[in-house]
Amino acid sequence: MCATCGCSGSPGEASTLLLLHDHGHPHEHGHAHDHAHGEAHGHVHAPHGHAHEHGEAHGHTHDEAPPSTHARTVQLEQEILGKNRLIAERNRGWLQGRNVFAVNLMSSPGSGKTTLLERTVRHLGKSVAIAVIEGDQETRLDAERIRSTGARVVQINTGTGCHLDAEMLRHALLELTPAIGSLLFVENVGNLVCPALFDLGEGARAVLASTTEGEDKPLKYPHMFRAADVILLNKVDLLPHLHFDVDRFIAHVRLVNPSANVLSVSATTGEGLEAWYRWLTARDVSARADR
Amino acid sequence: MHELAISQGIVESVCEAVPEGKVLAVTIEIGALSGVVSDSVRFCFDACARGTRLEGARLDVVDVPGLGRCGSCRREMAMAELVGRCACGNPFLEVLRGRELRIRSVEVT
Repeated sequence: MCATCGCSGSPGEASTLLLLHDHGHPHEHGHAHDHAHGEAHGHVHAPHGHAHEHGEAHGHTHDEAPPSTHARTVQLEQEILGKNRLIAERNRGWLQGRNVFAVNLMSSPGSGKTTLLERTVRHLGKSVAIAVIEGDQETRLDAERIRSTGARVVQINTGTGCHLDAEMLRHALLELTPAIGSLLFVENVGNLVCPALFDLGEGARAVLASTTEGEDKPLKYPHMFRAADVILLNKVDLLPHLHFDVDRFIAHVRLVNPSANVLSVSATTGEGLEAWYRWLTARDVSARADR
Repeated sequence: MHELAISQGIVESVCEAVPEGKVLAVTIEIGALSGVVSDSVRFCFDACARGTRLEGARLDVVDVPGLGRCGSCRREMAMAELVGRCACGNPFLEVLRGRELRIRSVEVT
């Protein structure tokens, strides 16, 4: 179980990491999850005085009482997610040092993340090395799909965990060792809530929504959409069959995130993807999201 | 259900930061705009504390109200949720306060 996450089952249960090689049989690694321990910054106050009710007889001397029986207050002033943040910053430095542009791709299940990645790898893979980290609760189905495009891929299975965390990414990076100057996609677990809270150390956050979901998704999940550098509206090829107002969706995005790039695309037909490829190639994080 | 993750994070952080003694109480701050629901953390905390030195400890939650600033007129105002609108018409507010997820202190014997 990850240090910041109680949702991956019983203590000691490990998420699994699979590196898919070209010859097809993945190597399985236990995920030890030995998080680096942050220093305790707290300072310890002297034991507090012994409070007595008025009129209470003072029947013992304080000097004789063992100090361990006295309650004392320890000031911690520590971020609850501080450990994840620390590991995320290490990942960020590791990636920057190798000039790897890591994109954390997030959406609800079924919005088209894997289809988008398959198409992106096929299009950009000729000009830049691409590696992919696939996060799912179970199976390596998505990793198999990505592997068939020629990209190097690692599958993380989170078990019952609902998001990736920085430690999982750290292990995956060590396994995958993305090439210098490459593009790295991290396909997060399909979920619009929990992944928003966990910095992985990525260079940019891309959030995918699809026309088969509601136009109000940005308002219902403001944390996720607010933290996005680029927002893709997928499945626009289905618009003739749906009651989905694109302008209304974009207006809702603007209420939570005025600066993100919003791209209307179809990962199935390729419509609008040139703008996505341009954004990836430019590594444009000038419209830095509010985290 | 990331509140379970948050509760687990509290228990593990406290166990590391305070290596000895029984923990009687933990005081945490949860910002109104943090995306974390205090009641859910309370609900999960007891279960996460079971079998640790925090078992039975009291969880005191200090709710930190949201404070935002209009990017247009620079006025500061209370924010109950992430989606807010300034009286001047600007629909986007910069968050100044309310994202806190902090362990403030612990009481130990």
